[in-house]
Amino acid sequence: MKTYLPSKFVVERDAERCIQCQACVSQCSFDVHAYDADYNEVTSQGENCVGCHRCAVFCPSGAITIKRNPLDYRDNYNWRSEIIEDIIKQAETGGVLLTGMGNDKGQRIYWDHLVLNASQVTNPSIDPLREPMELATYLGSKPDKVELDSDNNLKTEMPPQVKLEVPVMFSAMSYGAVSLNVQQSLARAATEMGTLWNTGEGGLHPRLYQYADHAIVQVASGRFGVHPGYLDAARVVEIKIGQGAKPGIGGHLPGEKVSADVSLTRMIPEGTDALSPAPQHDIYSIEDLAQLVYAIKEATNYTKPVSVKIAAVHNSAAIASGMVRAGADIVVLDGLRGATGAAPKVIRDNVGIPVEMALASVDNRLRQEGIRNRASIVISGGIRNSGDVIKAIALGADAVNIGAAALVALGCTICQQCHTGRCAWGICTSDARLSKRVNPDIGARRLANLLRGWSLEIKDMLGGMGINAVESLRGNRLQLRGVGLTDTELDILGVRMVGC
Amino acid sequence: MLAMVVDGANQVVKVDVTGLSYRKLNEQLRQLVADGASRIELLNVCGQRYIGTDLGGPVELVIYGTPGNALGAFMDGPSITVYGNAQDGCGNTMNEGEIIIHGHAGDIVGLSARGGRIFVRDDVGYRAAIHMKGYGDKKPVLVVGGTAQDFVGEYMAGGVLVLLGLTLGEGENHRASFIGTGMHGGVIYLRGSVEDHQLGEEVGRAELDEADYRVLEENVSRFARHFGRDADEILKGSFIKLFPRWLRPYGQLYAY
Repeated sequence: MKTYLPSKFVVERDAERCIQCQACVSQCSFDVHAYDADYNEVTSQGENCVGCHRCAVFCPSGAITIKRNPLDYRDNYNWRSEIIEDIIKQAETGGVLLTGMGNDKGQRIYWDHLVLNASQVTNPSIDPLREPMELATYLGSKPDKVELDSDNNLKTEMPPQVKLEVPVMFSAMSYGAVSLNVQQSLARAATEMGTLWNTGEGGLHPRLYQYADHAIVQVASGRFGVHPGYLDAARVVEIKIGQGAKPGIGGHLPGEKVSADVSLTRMIPEGTDALSPAPQHDIYSIEDLAQLVYAIKEATNYTKPVSVKIAAVHNSAAIASGMVRAGADIVVLDGLRGATGAAPKVIRDNVGIPVEMALASVDNRLRQEGIRNRASIVISGGIRNSGDVIKAIALGADAVNIGAAALVALGCTICQQCHTGRCAWGICTSDARLSKRVNPDIGARRLANLLRGWSLEIKDMLGGMGINAVESLRGNRLQLRGVGLTDTELDILGVRMVGC
Repeated sequence: MLAMVVDGANQVVKVDVTGLSYRKLNEQLRQLVADGASRIELLNVCGQRYIGTDLGGPVELVIYGTPGNALGAFMDGPSITVYGNAQDGCGNTMNEGEIIIHGHAGDIVGLSARGGRIFVRDDVGYRAAIHMKGYGDKKPVLVVGGTAQDFVGEYMAGGVLVLLGLTLGEGENHRASFIGTGMHGGVIYLRGSVEDHQLGEEVGRAELDEADYRVLEENVSRFARHFGRDADEILKGSFIKLFPRWLRPYGQLYAY
């Protein structure tokens, strides 16, 4: 069938600069560039271009420019080009539109409408270059009270705690969705920086057990790679109920990505789709969740926190209350802008709520019920910089997860082709040749650098507020003010308008 | 709790667990295994969950009474024999070992099991053997003497499920619907018959070949030994084999 889809991008090659070295030909995994030996000429087919910039970055003579295709339909706010093109794709395939990465639509990003406070005159700001500044955060359930014996030793039995040197962890990204080199980069950076990475639901590859002490391991509906050794090795065990990019549905890792090695880790036949059912079939209620939480606690003899991750949805606050009462030591909320290796586009763009609102309402509800101490709150879904991190903590989070931001540090340009398995940056693929493009030595360095940069910025912002420990900022919403928000929004966020 | 060493040489221990919470019970089990017990008999078990969950190695647990949910969940090696019924989640995500139930078992028996064997003398509830896995030598087996409820074998990715139908009347069909929905690996052997509409779309049916019969005979023999049945008599019945028709049941679902 002839496709009616126009090209998204135009690839321009500066003939004077191009040296016919064919770097672009070997770098592009979407068949844009080709070498014609008869004419000693490299040519480009813009219609295949996904705009990932791999060729432009690796062109030694800077000959390639990628532009948005100026071809446009007649202006129509209702029938925008994306909407027209989605219909064309479905008319040509009859399938569910698949996409990668997170929601790219214009729902309000509340971080951009929140501003932070700083000390002026009445209380001094703190200079983090001269004074100690504490970023350590402890994840895990805290007791209602602590008791000391006559020698001032702790009498209360403390639930297991996990110390993070920086309140930023790496989001769950499974082996199979991302390459082993990506996981290794994340694992090494997390180990170096004293934070945690997350295996996602694809199991833990034998080569990464050495980094398990800094790993959160997931138990999801597919139960891939879940066995006692996996649970024992981990620092935290996480039950994945939902994901912000696709609340309410399961996942199908396409058979193309289930290589021999992925098959081993997941224990399914090579080449089959790895099917994660929509629900966990042993969890149909809060009581069932409690059963699995305690099954895991029994299986690990109460030595590590159990985390439960949900997608942020309309009634997250009530659900989170149930999760805490079910024994979750950590509650993870993944918001509307959370990313994925593959999700139906209609779900990615339309289901779930912004994580800022979910965080504010969950923190609020747990405080009202007097159980906020019983679980840490971790949020994810569109955290872009240290400003988002510190606002999240002031809104009530203990820590955040970053997924897309970490992948951008590794080279990702958010081209949203994760679901194709052909990532030219070698990130979201299990192709052996492409995977080599992420060197774990360099990848770990880039990720550690990012966390170091954010840590310095967080200390600066904390110091500016006159606060010297990140734990003192948690839930301190007086440090936030809202700009351009309605009364209802301010009310839910528990934040006052700027100027008052 | 009364822990009584019955036979010191063979490290057999009998324990009355009346009124004991699951947490205390499992603590005691860990301790007994660490002390070298090779066979532990639990008396008056009444609803305690997670029994055997955190035990490795070759220990033999014998349960008199009714264990609670998630018996042997994540279990990695022990053998558990229950003289009574098992509840929901028996053998959930089990890795290695054996569970033998002299009675019925509830829902989601052997969910996501990765290895080991589960034998249930009578019937099982809904969603048995969902998403069972298998890789190389690791091949979980669930043998049910009777029949199962709906969604049995759903999303199966590996392993062997045998339904013997011994609790059904003469000529009576299995009654489960949605058998093997989303199945993409493993195999189901079913003694007796089912209508096509009871099978998931992804399931095909076939005659057993020689290799199938070898697998079936091995597992039926074990079943018969555990429950004092005549394996030959069981194997005389007519069997059908259910298998995944496609490696990628949902490969055509998406537009790129």
